[in-house]
Amino acid sequence: MADAARDPQQDDTGLLELEDGEDLFPEPGPGPALEESGPASLTTEDLSTNANGPKQASLFDDDPDDLFAEATEEVSLDSPDRDVLLSDGPSPAITPMTPPTSVITPRIGHAHDDMFTHSSFDEIEEEDGGDSFDIHISVSDPEKVGDGMNAYMAYKVTTKTSMSLFKLREFSVRRRFSDFLGLHSKLASKYLHIGYIVPPAPEKSIVGMTKVKVGKEDQSSNEFVEKRRSALERYLMRTVKHPILLKDPDVLQFLESSELPRAVSTQALSSAGLLRMVNKAADAVNKMTIKMNESDAWFEEKQQHFENLDVQLRKLHASVESLVLHRKELSMNMASFAKSAAMLGNSEDHTALSRALSQLAEVEEKIDQLQQDQANADFYFLSELLGDYVRLITAVKGVFDQRMKTWQKWQDSQMMLQKKREAEAKLQFNNKPDKLQQAKDEIKEEIEELEMKVQQGERDFEQISKTIRKEVGRFEKERVKDFKSTVIQYLETLLQTQQQMIKYWEAFLPEAKAIS
Amino acid sequence: NLLCPGARCGANLCRLMSIRSVSVDLNNDASLLIDIPDALCERDKVKFTVHTKTTLSSFQKPEFSVPRQHEDFIWLHDTLVETEDYAGLIIPPAPPKPDFEGPREKMHKLGEGEATMTKEEYTKMKQELEAEYLAVFKKTVQVHEIFLQRLSSHPILNKDRNFQIFLEYDQDLSVRRKNAKEMFGGFFKNMVKSADEVLISGVKEVDDFFEQEKTFLLDYYSKIKDSTAKAEKMTRSHKNIADDYIRISSLMYQQKITRILIYTHIVVTMSFVSLQKVEGRVASDQELKLTELLRYYMRDIQAAKDLLYRRARALADYENSNKALDKARLKSKDIPQAEEHQQQCLQKFDKLSESGKKELTSFKGRRVVAFRKNLIEMAELEIKHAKVRSSIQLYYICFIMCTNELQYAWGICKILCEQI
Repeated sequence: MADAARDPQQDDTGLLELEDGEDLFPEPGPGPALEESGPASLTTEDLSTNANGPKQASLFDDDPDDLFAEATEEVSLDSPDRDVLLSDGPSPAITPMTPPTSVITPRIGHAHDDMFTHSSFDEIEEEDGGDSFDIHISVSDPEKVGDGMNAYMAYKVTTKTSMSLFKLREFSVRRRFSDFLGLHSKLASKYLHIGYIVPPAPEKSIVGMTKVKVGKEDQSSNEFVEKRRSALERYLMRTVKHPILLKDPDVLQFLESSELPRAVSTQALSSAGLLRMVNKAADAVNKMTIKMNESDAWFEEKQQHFENLDVQLRKLHASVESLVLHRKELSMNMASFAKSAAMLGNSEDHTALSRALSQLAEVEEKIDQLQQDQANADFYFLSELLGDYVRLITAVKGVFDQRMKTWQKWQDSQMMLQKKREAEAKLQFNNKPDKLQQAKDEIKEEIEELEMKVQQGERDFEQISKTIRKEVGRFEKERVKDFKSTVIQYLETLLQTQQQMIKYWEAFLPEAKAIS
Repeated sequence: NLLCPGARCGANLCRLMSIRSVSVDLNNDASLLIDIPDALCERDKVKFTVHTKTTLSSFQKPEFSVPRQHEDFIWLHDTLVETEDYAGLIIPPAPPKPDFEGPREKMHKLGEGEATMTKEEYTKMKQELEAEYLAVFKKTVQVHEIFLQRLSSHPILNKDRNFQIFLEYDQDLSVRRKNAKEMFGGFFKNMVKSADEVLISGVKEVDDFFEQEKTFLLDYYSKIKDSTAKAEKMTRSHKNIADDYIRISSLMYQQKITRILIYTHIVVTMSFVSLQKVEGRVASDQELKLTELLRYYMRDIQAAKDLLYRRARALADYENSNKALDKARLKSKDIPQAEEHQQQCLQKFDKLSESGKKELTSFKGRRVVAFRKNLIEMAELEIKHAKVRSSIQLYYICFIMCTNELQYAWGICKILCEQI
């Protein structure tokens, strides 16, 4: 196994995708010189001021002009944020961004590529300056409120933080499931179309909720509530880990204010819900018809990467679900064997053997409980994590689609401009002098408007492309951390199970030896 | 050490050498030592090489080997069961027919599903199946060996003429088998199967010992049958989990990931692979110890019950003969024959009772010894496997946590590796 890891020229498993001559285990050397050599790079702080700009009520509707008004001067594409490159690892495959046709060529700096043959991953862990990220959210104490079909579960959301963003260091509020959905829908409408990966909220479950409403106090509805509680917690943590979303007023309000206006448009069978479904379908159709000339290899590569990841994560998720099921079966079979062995022990007339068989039954029963706990660990650590990532990747793919839409919008404006220019040119040959001047003025106005629109469209496209690069980098970084810590936790549970099993069997051994 | 070095396993041809007997401690008497050192399997048929080493003069040579099929063992068993003289003995249960249906079906399914899985997954599953096949093979050789060793260690049965023929006759036994079938026609066996429970429970018992044994055996049999079934279910669950780990590890293996995730990726993949190997091994070891133990004694108890049945039948015969004698005395006809018949029945019944008591007592002792041995070995195996698994997990946890300082990680891992 060690050799497999050291060999960079791996076979077609795709396990190691290294460029030629790349050292998988480079020496930990001095950190790369990460000073930006170019003009101001867009740091998170800058972006956050942009995002915080429209704090007022009428937020991000269809006109993005307000959002980017401030940003126009600061956007520069020649020094992509270093985080993006770091996440891609040593010698990333970032090609200079060749611009779409007939637009001003942005300046890209290649210089940074060579500097990032770093080694230690400490650099990756480095956060941008400012408030160090220190916030922990827990969702707990599910309580049923109300009766019958209007009943709902209320959860306690506790925030512990030392960040200056919040008024207090520790505070909690009560929220219900639709509040979470409402938060997500607000964030999605604000940020998705400009390229931010908004973590998806946990899924609705009409069946699950109905059971709870009806008041069945049984194992499966308890499990459902626990599953949901855990999912809500993960959702909030992912949301606040996003440096932009953390500072969003809706998020702050969600975490801090004791009263929250009811989010009504989140009901599955409401008109808003149906509208959402219709929009989703329309989007899907659009996606098929947009043929974007992808001139940036980075995006093409990343899109393919996420497509593959999607497929594989789904398969993996299915296998892990099968593992959970089989382990639960094992636990059940062990429990039933334990009972049977106990009866056998009772039936046995040789005293020592009878005692040993009863002990065996006890051991098997304890181990069955262990396996049950292990199944839960399998589930909560692996299965839910994979499920979350399957949904997250859908969100990532959505963001790429938004970029395509932005591009389309830009191209449409350009086409309109072209048409108007042609129309203007035609006007020259129109020999109706009285209407000519008026028409000329009209068209000139329209052309000016369209020119601005085209420029805006281009800016939007460049902005969203830049945002996505950064977001993808952040996403990959988070994914690594997430998987790493989850896998460690999972292995720890396995380890505990094994150690416990050793104890049980070692206690049983003398009983078996005592048979004479 | 359960896995033998000489095994080569393919779907059609399989050879197995030097298998150790697991369940019962026999072969104590050096005057007649039997083992099955080698076996060959071709499609459905398994050919066992029965090897005998003896100091007894009744045999022509001191050491010899013969090839035997499963049907030959059945012939021997049935012949012994149908021998009147052995009615008072517990005849060791016949070894069950070699059953490769399970792994064969799985192999077939695997072949059909080959297109849908990756090369790694297919290879791993094939290896697992081959291991399963090998385990079935090992098991069947074992039960056949134990059957012969039970016979060789029984003071009366080991002198049986047919037993000697079985061990020594260097020609094909199929002719004898055919003749035997024609003679007995399996009549007795059928009777045993059907009337068993009713007769045993119906007969009024005069002897305390047999009354107790009857109660005990009937109850114990149903309990052990239940336990055997439940143990088999457990084993199947373990196998399912092992298969899941195979699938998971091969999926992780193919996942195209960024360079950063490589370390975690390798580690997680390998940890799943090794876990899978250990789980798979657990499944087959558990199978050999617990399930086989229970299964074997379930059959043995059936054989003990058969003895009780025969005795009960003898008692019924005796009671009938008494009635017939009374009737004869009443009619004053054929009295001497009736008396003769009654005496014979009484003798037979007494003989059965006497030998039956001995047999059942030693049976209990045997059972206790076998359970003890297997429970100890099973517990030791479970401990060993759990230790191996936790070493592996500890190793990988350290590895993941140390990925920031890789050269140190490798050092730690090497140290831990040596402890596995």
